[in-house]
Amino acid sequence: MIALRGRSAAFSVDEPLGRAVWMIADRRSPAPRRQGMAFLVEGDAEPPGGFDLYLVKDVERAPEGKPWIALPPLLQHLSAGDVISASETGEHLRVLWRHRSPMNSVLLTERCDHYCLMCSQPPKEREDDWLLDNARELIRLLPRSTPGIGFTGGEPTIYGDRLIELLGLCRNLLPHAGVHVLSNGRRFADFGFASSWAAVRNPRMMVGIPLYGAEPTLHDYVVQAAGAFDETVRGIVNLGEVRQRIEIRVVVHKQTAPALPEIAEFIARNLPFVEQVALMGLEMIGFARANMDDVWIDPTEYGAELNEAVSLLARRRIKTMIYNHQLCLIDRELWPFTVRSISDWKNEYHPECVECSVRDRCGGFFFSAKYKVSDKIKAIPADEAALQPALLDI
Amino acid sequence: MSKFKEAEAFLPDEAEWELLPFRFERLNGRVLVTNMAGEHLLLGADEFDRLAHKQLPVDSSLVRRLRAKHVIRRPGDHAPTTLLTLKTRTRYKRLAHSTGLHIFVVSLRCEHSCPYCQVSRQSRDTDRYDMSLETAERGLDMVFRSPSPAIKIEFQGGEPLLNFGLIEEVVQRAKRRNREHQRNLGFVIATNLALLSDEVLDFCARHDIYISTSLDGPADLHNKNRPRPGRDSWEKAVEGIRRVREALGVDHVSALMTTTRASLDRVREIVDCYLEQGLGGIFLRPLSPYGFAVKTKSYSAYDAERWMDFYREGLAYILELNRQGVEMTEYLSSVILKKMLTNREPGYVDLTSPAGIGIGAIVYNYDGAVFASDEGRMLAEMGDDTFRLGHLATDSYEDIMTSEALLAPLEESFAPSAPMCSDCAFEPFCGSDPVYHYATSGDFVGRKPESDFCRRNTAIFKHLLDLYENDPFARSVFLGWAGR
Repeated sequence: MIALRGRSAAFSVDEPLGRAVWMIADRRSPAPRRQGMAFLVEGDAEPPGGFDLYLVKDVERAPEGKPWIALPPLLQHLSAGDVISASETGEHLRVLWRHRSPMNSVLLTERCDHYCLMCSQPPKEREDDWLLDNARELIRLLPRSTPGIGFTGGEPTIYGDRLIELLGLCRNLLPHAGVHVLSNGRRFADFGFASSWAAVRNPRMMVGIPLYGAEPTLHDYVVQAAGAFDETVRGIVNLGEVRQRIEIRVVVHKQTAPALPEIAEFIARNLPFVEQVALMGLEMIGFARANMDDVWIDPTEYGAELNEAVSLLARRRIKTMIYNHQLCLIDRELWPFTVRSISDWKNEYHPECVECSVRDRCGGFFFSAKYKVSDKIKAIPADEAALQPALLDI
Repeated sequence: MSKFKEAEAFLPDEAEWELLPFRFERLNGRVLVTNMAGEHLLLGADEFDRLAHKQLPVDSSLVRRLRAKHVIRRPGDHAPTTLLTLKTRTRYKRLAHSTGLHIFVVSLRCEHSCPYCQVSRQSRDTDRYDMSLETAERGLDMVFRSPSPAIKIEFQGGEPLLNFGLIEEVVQRAKRRNREHQRNLGFVIATNLALLSDEVLDFCARHDIYISTSLDGPADLHNKNRPRPGRDSWEKAVEGIRRVREALGVDHVSALMTTTRASLDRVREIVDCYLEQGLGGIFLRPLSPYGFAVKTKSYSAYDAERWMDFYREGLAYILELNRQGVEMTEYLSSVILKKMLTNREPGYVDLTSPAGIGIGAIVYNYDGAVFASDEGRMLAEMGDDTFRLGHLATDSYEDIMTSEALLAPLEESFAPSAPMCSDCAFEPFCGSDPVYHYATSGDFVGRKPESDFCRRNTAIFKHLLDLYENDPFARSVFLGWAGR
């Protein structure tokens, strides 16, 4: 687990910081490009001038007469190219971007009109538009070569046109970035909003939308919102009509696991225009922990349903991916569909994994697995793994 | 954790259900229900009664299944009609494209003398029975009037290779015209392969032409069906298939079989023959009631039930092969399964509604006459011009496509409004065949209880549904066939 927020160990900021979002720089940063950058002091050499903020790992190294913040021990992983936000006084720090991470997810809001049983990011009702402001600043600071960026919530579409503007900024400033937005899809039931989304005209943009059933009963219960299924389905159809790239996400837990085959059949027959379907293992944090009895299921208990769902989708040539599942808990035939997807800062392995020959191909665990993990985790010996074909990207 | 509500909190307040359009059919104690878009579910008789009498609770597994297939909805639900609209629109989408398959009968001459073929002539008279370049040019005028983004030109006969010079001209001229039209243009030659030469293969390779041939099964069966001087039709076909595979590519050759009375006991041998020739699938076809087939009584010699046994045995054998790891497809089933399990209309001209005549495929005869289908052309050879739509020399595209000879059979036979088809649960899987019904009963619609077309297709649908619902292996193979 890599920490993404913390309180400064010490700080000396005379006036309120003029900005919230800072890209971390080192000596390679040329003088004309130092605006909005925070210099990370490392080594004994005198830090160069021209930066509006200095970050130090050791208070002893703090520069005199310049605003500085001393990073707490847990945030000492930061390096040049990362982006942080700091409160006006410099006391509170958040990591917005880790350039070493293959996929950065940016939180846009904690507000949401769903209240999912297993939500890993429980919604809060308070106004938090500053998260959107920070995201906008972040995009402006990122290099144009940035390969990808994800947006998450809460429900990002609550911003309406302001989200569309942010996505336009992504298209224009990050011309190579794949853009992935997680949404419950309901806002797209308004065809006008789906059209605005399409008008961003970014072929690298995709929206991930959860779906929990072939009819409203289960879906509305899982997301704790009456009428959600009807709107989400119509939203997906509207996005399809305007030819947008859609991922359907199904978080597999005790309530949804038995319904996997019917969900797959429903997608294959009604929504075959989606680009991909992601079957996600449960992350045991947030509400999932609180509702453990209602949502926890050992993955070995839904093997048959998972197999059938993948087979149904694959036979209809819909790209299907299994996320967050440990290889030792699922059928060998499903291995080619697995994706190593757990964000690196959350990824951990189990003691049993030390001896495992396919650890490098495995998704591993969420950090939160310490709260609940299958008791069937088992190292796969090399001779067994060798019988399997290499993982394919299908 | 009072913040979370129980599942019951999200159920409807009262059991107020609206019925959406559906059709049903009782099958061995169960009831097949199909929705507007052709999705199906099987209900117990008591479950069906509850649906019919609107005695459904706020929630039950039955209610959920009915909602998932848009058979019922709550007032205020919009997704079910949105999805039904989308699926229905998808199903009929190809109609807007109009005619995609254009058949040029480049010669009526043939060196075979098959007893069930009405149209071919044993003749050296090229002027009389070959298509002229002038007629072919007029045919191309018609081809490019079709709005279809994908155009396939198929050369038929007789034996089209007897007029190969014209094929070369048509291919080159069509490609030249297509520089302006930019259609997805493809070519097929339907040949018995007896006259296949290196010259033909070179030309086909250069222009990416596909070959469709005939293969009736083992040598004795095939040669009995297809007499030619030397009695070597099968040997020529098999050798030809090999040469095409090697020169053009394995997927560039397909074969069609004709089922005769002699085929009926030999379906495994026939499938084996296809397997032996490296073909990935077989079309288990019923024999059509046209031409000599009607005259020589080889058609009425067996009925729909005997053909069904042949089909069931063949399909079972093909599934058995798949179980052993041999990939083999039965194409008739595959067409029907696409209609059952997806929203795509495969556009198979013999099983689509509105019928495929004229608007799916159209035939330009050697002499310039235009026919609504190949079978319509055969009827004309027997003296009945009902499906003759006009002539390339005298009629325009508009004349032909809006002729009564085309519109009347299309409209009258449209299954969703044809008597007994309109309330048939199988209608979404089926099609309309006005030429067949005209040939057998004298009108475009026919009387379904007497129609072998209806009897045979209904039996196929029931058989496929039975396998799909009760045999997990067959189900997985079927999903694969439908998904292609």
